[in-house]
Amino acid sequence: MSAAAPAVELRSIEKHFGLVHANRSVSLSLAPGTIHGLIGENGAGKSTLAHILYGTVRPDAGEIRVGGRPIAIHSPRDAMAAGIGMVHQHFMLVETMTVLENLMLGQERGPTLGAGVAAARATLAATARSHDAGLNPDAPVESLSVGQKQRVEIMKALHRGAEILILDEPTAVLTPIEVEALFVELRALARAGKTILLVTHKLKEVMAITDVVTVMRQGAVVAERETKRTTLAELAALMIGRTPRPPSKTPASLGPPILEVDAVSVFDAESIKRVDGVSFQVMTGEIVGIAGVAGNGQAELIEALVGMRAVGAGAIRIAGTDVTMLSVSARRRQGLGHIAEDRLRLGAISTFTATENALLGRQDDADCCHRGLLRRSAVIGTLEEWMRAYDIRPPEPNRRLALFSGGNQQKLVVARELERRPAVLIAGQPTRGVDVGAAELIHERLLALRARGAGILLVSADLDEIRLLSDRILVMCAGRIAGEVDAAADERRLSLLMAGAEAA
Amino acid sequence: MTRAITLRRRVEPALIPLINLAAALVLSAIVVLAAGSDPVEAMVVLARGAAGDRASLGYTLYYATNFILTGLAVALPFHAGVFNIGGEGQAYIGGLLASLVCLFIGPAIGWPAIPLAVLAAAAGGALWALVPAWLFVTRGSHVVITTIMFNFIASAVMTFLIVNVLIAPGQSSPESVAFPVTVWMPSLGALLGPSPLNLTFPLALVLAAAVSILLRASRRGFELRAAGANPEAARAAGISTGAATILALMLGGAIAGLVAVNELMGAQHRLLLDFPAGYGFMGIAVALMGRNRPLGICLAALFFGALYQGGTELSFEMPKVTRDIVVVIEGLTVLFCGALENLFRARIARWLGREMVA
Repeated sequence: MSAAAPAVELRSIEKHFGLVHANRSVSLSLAPGTIHGLIGENGAGKSTLAHILYGTVRPDAGEIRVGGRPIAIHSPRDAMAAGIGMVHQHFMLVETMTVLENLMLGQERGPTLGAGVAAARATLAATARSHDAGLNPDAPVESLSVGQKQRVEIMKALHRGAEILILDEPTAVLTPIEVEALFVELRALARAGKTILLVTHKLKEVMAITDVVTVMRQGAVVAERETKRTTLAELAALMIGRTPRPPSKTPASLGPPILEVDAVSVFDAESIKRVDGVSFQVMTGEIVGIAGVAGNGQAELIEALVGMRAVGAGAIRIAGTDVTMLSVSARRRQGLGHIAEDRLRLGAISTFTATENALLGRQDDADCCHRGLLRRSAVIGTLEEWMRAYDIRPPEPNRRLALFSGGNQQKLVVARELERRPAVLIAGQPTRGVDVGAAELIHERLLALRARGAGILLVSADLDEIRLLSDRILVMCAGRIAGEVDAAADERRLSLLMAGAEAA
Repeated sequence: MTRAITLRRRVEPALIPLINLAAALVLSAIVVLAAGSDPVEAMVVLARGAAGDRASLGYTLYYATNFILTGLAVALPFHAGVFNIGGEGQAYIGGLLASLVCLFIGPAIGWPAIPLAVLAAAAGGALWALVPAWLFVTRGSHVVITTIMFNFIASAVMTFLIVNVLIAPGQSSPESVAFPVTVWMPSLGALLGPSPLNLTFPLALVLAAAVSILLRASRRGFELRAAGANPEAARAAGISTGAATILALMLGGAIAGLVAVNELMGAQHRLLLDFPAGYGFMGIAVALMGRNRPLGICLAALFFGALYQGGTELSFEMPKVTRDIVVVIEGLTVLFCGALENLFRARIARWLGREMVA
């Protein structure tokens, strides 16, 4: 494999963004027909490198070679002409158009669409796999699941003649089952001779699927390993530059129930029951994890608990007080905190400054607002403390949130919710999109909150995180609690419950 | 680099409108030239007509008052994520309530009817905005559609009332009897006059400052902006987005209603047909050009006021530059300063960035 000429070669790539040295003399070589992992923490420069290869960012210096020939890539058009395709983290699909039409965009091949349609159908037929039902070419994209949309993106790249496929954090939006399907697809593509660059910070996935892995830290390549000859621990250490430390978890000292959920049912806008008679309790000083494949009612349950969605039946109590009919703000006054699963939809406002986001949800608190006027300097003062404690970079309170990286946005949201010292915290995917170092920090803070006697409900698609932090794990499936296991339960039992098998 | 960015952030908002304005003026000059007049002379006449003497300046500020009010009436709801196109109707209904106070309570109680009528004008505008706001919050009706339709309803209702009910006895022109002198809005014509400039002008400036404080420094304003920027995140943060939207639209309507104070109580001293005369719609352009910020709106309103007053003078003194050509100039300004606001932005940002990093 290593004997063959590289499919793509990047030589001494340099890129500065203002004072940030995003890529320091980065060299990378992808062998044809391999799956190459590119890993690093947020801000390590891996995304920049991917975008340079795809032509959306122009390097300050360096050379790109495709098939041994140096080429200039000034735009995605150049990249596509050179056989480089990219699957973005956020899909670039026209939702109202069909799969076929999306494939054809920019590939119409003439004023009448006949040739374009035929070519697109041919691509769809060629990439249809025996292991799944395939995609209906005439289904509108908006009707597809996230995993299927990603397949459309991949096909779009292939249809444009991509031999080299860049995937930027492809699994961030997928359920575990969809991740499995994606990996099957990628392996098949590699066998067919395509070269794949997988940009991610999820080490488990890198270990599972790549042939070679390149580790970046602070803009530079720090190591390249053959996946077979490395370990997860080694990669983690290379990535963060030190040995990761597991959080020290003290035994739970349980108090009285702080959150009681009593036979709660929740319906969606179409009156379909999404949460079906769910009952559980969270004690003070306890972390209860909710595991489950996304889409089994977890999101609706969270929305009902925080007061954004009406409860169809049942009751919710916080510290003994019935809050079932209370508004979001009334529940917050009762001591409820909420780290929203979907940060940019529910947790923060990207066009607002960091300061304004630090204020969000605290606008009624006495330390932020006095007689209807905001206490801006007090809010900034607190935010500056959080920026130090949570290492939020850059520490500029007046910077717009959109200009922070995803990991730093998440740290800001987590800081805001944790530092209110909630009695009950609903934490949805609290470490989503953050790197190993920041995840460690957030885990420590969650455990510290637990030690102070708060009750935490942790909802996460990341089973490792659930097992690491939870005292008890509830498994949700089809809107019900399928079973309860303790944190030490083996993964197989958990998976069976998640898949809908009856609790033994 | 950081310093360059801050500098850029400071220079850009001032520089870009000026460059857009210059582009609009160049194009206007070509139009004037094509119409067979000397553009330089036209510019001089325009400027002299807008601010050449005390009376002209008075008129300019009098028109600017209407533009400040209607501009704020668009901008405030805009921050809450709704587009208020109903300034015209809100001003009209505000005028109805203010006139009723002036005509029926004014003679009995004298000058205390003035603040009462001001409040009535605000209440009329607010109520006229409440219905579309309420329909939006409870039924999801599109505010652009409902507010624009409410302009027509207001116009029809007012035509009926003025022509059939409130018309002065023995009169054929559609207007009410004159308001008693005691309820006229105190004139500032002695200061800058003779002109219809009145106390509504300083009131509008105070309102602009109040809107600025509301948006930037108050909890309600924060909630309103959050509801506009990301309604779902606002709800998750415990903000009632429906209440924020209703508040924003009602405040906008109330401010639009005050156009009646300037026009009817300050200048015409009676209720007459079609007095909002398009000021409500011009408010959209003013808000656009002022980038929805109160200070920007005041400057834009001043500019439009000058154009309005100077333009009248211009078509009077240079017959070849008709009223229509003045409207073309206004239109070009709106086009360049509002709709095409990003025309030069990228180029200027690049130029500024390069200059300052170097």
